Amino acid sequence: MNDAPLTAALSRRQFLVGGGALIVSFSLMAPSLRAQENNRNAAAAPAKRPLPGSLKDEPMLDAWIRIDSAGNITVFTGKAELGQGIKTALIQIAAEELSVDISRIALITADTQLTPNEGYTAGSHSMQDSGTAIKHAAAQVGEILAGLAAQRFGVAADGLTMQNGAVCAADGRCAGYGELVGDEQLHVRARETSTLKDPRSYVTVGKSVPRVDIPRKVTGGASYVQDLRLPGMVHARVLRPPSPGARLVALDTATANQLPGVIKIIRDGNFVAVVAAREFQAVTAMRALARTASWQERPTLPAQDDIYALILRSPAQDTAILDVHNPAPAAVRTLEATYRRPYQMHGSIGPACAVALYKDEGLTVWTHTQGVYPLRKAIAEMLRMPAEQVRCIHMEGAGCYGHNAADDAGGDAALIARALPDRPVRVQWMREDEHLWEPYGPAMVSKVAASLDSDGLISDWQYHVWSNTHSMRPGPAGNLLAAQQLATPFAPAPPMPIPQPEGGGDRNAIPLYKFRNARVVHHFVPGMPLRVSALRALGAYMNIFSIECFIDELARAAGSDAVDFRLRHMDDARARDVMRAAAERFVWSAWQAQKGRGRGFAFARYKNLGAYAAVACEVEVEHESGRVRVVRAAAAVDSGQAVNPDGIRNQIEGGIVQSLSWSLYESVTFDATRITSRDWAHYPILRFSAVPERIEVHVIDRPGQPFLGTGEAAHGPTAGALANAIADATGVRMRELPFTAKRVKAAIGV
Amino acid sequence: MGALRGQSWKYAAAPTRGAAIVVVVAALWALGWQPALAATVSLPGAAFDPAAVEKGAQLAAIGNCKSCHTAPNGKPYAGGRALSTPFGTIYGSNITPDPESGIGNWSQAEFMRAMREGVDRRGRHIYPAFPYDHYTRVNAEDVDAIYAFLMTREPVRAAPPPNELAFPFNIRSLVGIWKLLYFHAGPLQPNAAENEQWNRGAYLVEGLAHCGACHTPRNFLGAEIKSRAFNGGQAEGWQTPALDASSAASSPWTVERLYAYLRQGIDDVHDVTAGPMAPIVHDLSRVSADDVRAIATYVASFGAGQTPRPTSQNAATELPASGRGAAIYAGACASCHDLGREVHGGALKLSLSTAVAMPQPDNLIRIVRQGIVPAAGESGPWMPAFAGVLTDAQLTDLAIYLRTRFGERAAWDDLAGAIEKIAPNPSTP
Amino acid sequence: MITLNVNGQPREVDADPATPLLYVLRDHLELNGTRFGCGLGQCGACTVMVDGEAVFSCITPISVLQNRRVRTIEGLGTSENPGLLQRAFIDEQAAQCGYCIPGMIMRAQALLEKKPAATDADIRDTLSPHLCRCGAHMRILRAVGRALRAAQSAPTADAEGRDR
Ligand code: FES
Ligand code: FES
Repeated sequence: MNDAPLTAALSRRQFLVGGGALIVSFSLMAPSLRAQENNRNAAAAPAKRPLPGSLKDEPMLDAWIRIDSAGNITVFTGKAELGQGIKTALIQIAAEELSVDISRIALITADTQLTPNEGYTAGSHSMQDSGTAIKHAAAQVGEILAGLAAQRFGVAADGLTMQNGAVCAADGRCAGYGELVGDEQLHVRARETSTLKDPRSYVTVGKSVPRVDIPRKVTGGASYVQDLRLPGMVHARVLRPPSPGARLVALDTATANQLPGVIKIIRDGNFVAVVAAREFQAVTAMRALARTASWQERPTLPAQDDIYALILRSPAQDTAILDVHNPAPAAVRTLEATYRRPYQMHGSIGPACAVALYKDEGLTVWTHTQGVYPLRKAIAEMLRMPAEQVRCIHMEGAGCYGHNAADDAGGDAALIARALPDRPVRVQWMREDEHLWEPYGPAMVSKVAASLDSDGLISDWQYHVWSNTHSMRPGPAGNLLAAQQLATPFAPAPPMPIPQPEGGGDRNAIPLYKFRNARVVHHFVPGMPLRVSALRALGAYMNIFSIECFIDELARAAGSDAVDFRLRHMDDARARDVMRAAAERFVWSAWQAQKGRGRGFAFARYKNLGAYAAVACEVEVEHESGRVRVVRAAAAVDSGQAVNPDGIRNQIEGGIVQSLSWSLYESVTFDATRITSRDWAHYPILRFSAVPERIEVHVIDRPGQPFLGTGEAAHGPTAGALANAIADATGVRMRELPFTAKRVKAAIGV
Repeated sequence: MGALRGQSWKYAAAPTRGAAIVVVVAALWALGWQPALAATVSLPGAAFDPAAVEKGAQLAAIGNCKSCHTAPNGKPYAGGRALSTPFGTIYGSNITPDPESGIGNWSQAEFMRAMREGVDRRGRHIYPAFPYDHYTRVNAEDVDAIYAFLMTREPVRAAPPPNELAFPFNIRSLVGIWKLLYFHAGPLQPNAAENEQWNRGAYLVEGLAHCGACHTPRNFLGAEIKSRAFNGGQAEGWQTPALDASSAASSPWTVERLYAYLRQGIDDVHDVTAGPMAPIVHDLSRVSADDVRAIATYVASFGAGQTPRPTSQNAATELPASGRGAAIYAGACASCHDLGREVHGGALKLSLSTAVAMPQPDNLIRIVRQGIVPAAGESGPWMPAFAGVLTDAQLTDLAIYLRTRFGERAAWDDLAGAIEKIAPNPSTP
Repeated sequence: MITLNVNGQPREVDADPATPLLYVLRDHLELNGTRFGCGLGQCGACTVMVDGEAVFSCITPISVLQNRRVRTIEGLGTSENPGLLQRAFIDEQAAQCGYCIPGMIMRAQALLEKKPAATDADIRDTLSPHLCRCGAHMRILRAVGRALRAAQSAPTADAEGRDR
């Protein structure tokens, strides 16, 4: 995560500070700050070591917040906007603690030369890590500003107020933030304790502030890395192999070289790229190359129908991640089940893109990666350059949903740009290549057995999950696709499990429910027949689906209502609140059974650390075709302090819809040699015709509570609720994703 | 009962002659009536043998009953689908077991009579849009299985709108005459010279699958012209390709190729399903491999003697339109159709396409305008709709180019007229 | 050189006539809103209007566009002065990553011009050629519905857009 934070900090320093920074030391600031502590809007939240959020990795305040002499406030985050609305939320947080309007704040996102190293923007961590860091940094900057104003006015800090970008004394004298700091930087190490605003006095946080990026996006403003146009920029396309094991045995570049606009054809082993003046010229040349390329293909893929059996019989590293034993009444009934989830893809609507410029022995890459620092490391290693000579700048792409091809495109651009110094090179992937080469979310199997006692409670729970890794992200060069295709290839890093408490394949494998006896085992399968990595929610999607289906099966066996049954096994008050709220929104208690219709319920706390979410849904199953129509869904979510409630609703709605698409339609298909789901026609996803009639999302605000990541909270519960609703509608339990019409029809019979 | 593939009457209309027949009808009106059968009680679903229900499901899929008996976005088998014929619009009937609007009160015998004799429960003739001229070949056991299948469906209360037929076609008893002329009841005699698979195929194709209803041309009274069986016909405004030796296919269909096509909707050296054939292939995917193979065996036998597509001398003539069409092809089509990609994610090489070589341009026009999209949520061949992309004049140029370059035939007569006649109808997935 | 009419302006373009409009809009005319999603006519991200019809610009060669009018999202308004549909998308916060949105707005604009009284079912049908991977569908439907209602209640508003 934190490769070379020191170097990074130094280069940021060099880049930003011309000299003459006011290095404010703790000792200098401490007295006046201490003087204010009791006075600044109460509610001191004494933070404990380590420093809150990402401050623990980057403790200097000016790494997060800068104010220039004109009073312009710039906030820095190492996280990236992925369409989740994080820019707006982070601006809101800074504006709140600095008592300014959001329009006063400029936000700089992930850039290895400008922003802190916050690793990847992943795992719904942005609000927890960066939001928390910015909140505390802003509060501490506020304290410093108050201290400076107190000095200037010769008054005690406790009588000062901050309003609209100025610190004012009781007598009416005001000084703008810019005036107070001059051209100096707030180069101060953060303290463990911040004096935070009382959430009751919030004016910006907790409001559904409209997103800052939307007006530009709906009017055709430059918004994405795809829109970057640098002077002299040229366009590249990569000719990718037709299948994972393919080797390039012959390539005739003569024809393509003659085509209009073609500037250069680059070949290094199995990596072939063509550069042209215009984008479509590059596409045309790449297709011409494709016609002359001869590939030796090998059957490297497993039989698709055998994939689950293969996972189960593959060598695995087994870890018991939960083992609880307590005396319990005798079991009266034991159930068991096996659940399956196929390979699924991110399928970003905008194929991966990057722009790179190699100039004066330095390389700059504009990329929609989720981790600028790790990508920098990978590119530097691939090109055998010192990391300091590589700069990665995040620019938005289309929604990414995890580790998709964004980094690979960054690697492609870097390789091509180095072969063509002084010219910015833009490379975008073709749709077919993205469908074939992006790292998929891995196929998984879970097996669960549980016993009910005579009170209808679960007395014993045994859960096993088999999975590949869920992170093959760069950092190591070998995790870049291009690096694997070079004549001297880099081998992918050995796959590793992501440890608990977050987990990878075992994310959310530990139920939040309380069972007297429980054992959960993660069978980590290192062998990867298909290229896989992080897909939104990682193993949580599958584990929550499995757990919530099985809970439903147990509730049915016990003759209990699905919601009551869950509540009987849940101690966590916030979990209970979320479940009750979702049930209420759905009007669960007033359900009228109707032929062909069913309702389902599911709950999880993402990673057992993030947001709480419960989803209820109603489906209609058309008996003749097996087609499942989701009529409506109702959800409740608790993300701690809600910074932007509409942003949270947007994430949950989107998560529900995306999970419905995954769960109803999606699986990567392949034969022995090739991936066969190479476009949207062969990897169908949900279209408007199948969107539910309505989705209601209730946000439970928890003022003052820590921010909890929301972006992946709905996926697992939605899959569970859907499966449970299908079971309710048909009386048949579907345990293998996705629930295509064909499968449902086969299960319900004629 | 409603109509199946009745729309294929489209070009057979001759209403004036139809009116003349009214005179004859008057004399023969009595033919219009058959006695109602003894009233029966409807049977609960549980009374049916599950094996018969499953068998019936497969047979109903072979018969593609759902297509005509389901309204767009409607409940399966609940009827209401409008089928326009030259004689007026006929609505597919509700064949769910709803007692009032469906066939819930029909006895097994009544159902048998409807299927094999074209007489409804009340003894009235059924319009031959419902292809009982084929179903009469279906054996009793199979009809009973279909009955078992339909009677175990979800009953849906839904009355289709009344048929909108012009005089004299609204006189049902006329159908009696039609039957006298064209309806030959009874089973198909097996052909001892052929093997069992071929005979099974013949039984299915001539009977339940009623392939001839679309692939055989019809006369002015909408009856199949038996002397030209499988010589190509019409369905829902599409031209159905000839299945006999006059087939426009680029290479003869073999049993294996046909089997693959009927199973997956695509065969990489022939064609992709489009138009009214798409739901048929969709249904066949749930039919046993043996039966689909039998159908393929029988149908492939019609093409015996077919030679690979002849190269026309005229094709080489460079028309100006062809030059303009070539430019459109290069921009709009070549990126997929010239890549030579395979079944998955690929597009057919147009030199293999049947649509460019058929006697009429209708199918090509429709495919270019509407595209080809798989059923919602399902995987399958894809082509985008070019309805708004190309003007009629551009479509004409493109069609001329495709015809001469890939169909290797002289340009169609009155292409522009055909393009105007076929209303743009952009499809949505 | 081919002359295109884009958003009411004649634009000279030096490109192979087989070049899809999408690339010309993005690369030659430096318009951002028309997006490359698949190049196969499967996702709708590249949708623009040609003579009032929504079409996929990724499969429309510029050779077919002589004397025809092309409209892109930039022709409907700006972020300071958004058009009716754009305003509705902002009001409904109908986007996540936003990549799919301009294409949908263009098809919705064609609907609005042809059938302002479209029902919710019509809107779903109309938008079915479009994919959104973020799952912003519910909001998108609301936004289009809102714009249609606004167009109906104020028919003189900019339903026809600005450049016509
Ligand atoms: S980019 Fe044109 S439809 Fe996808
Ligand atoms: S908002 Fe991201 S694809 Fe639609």
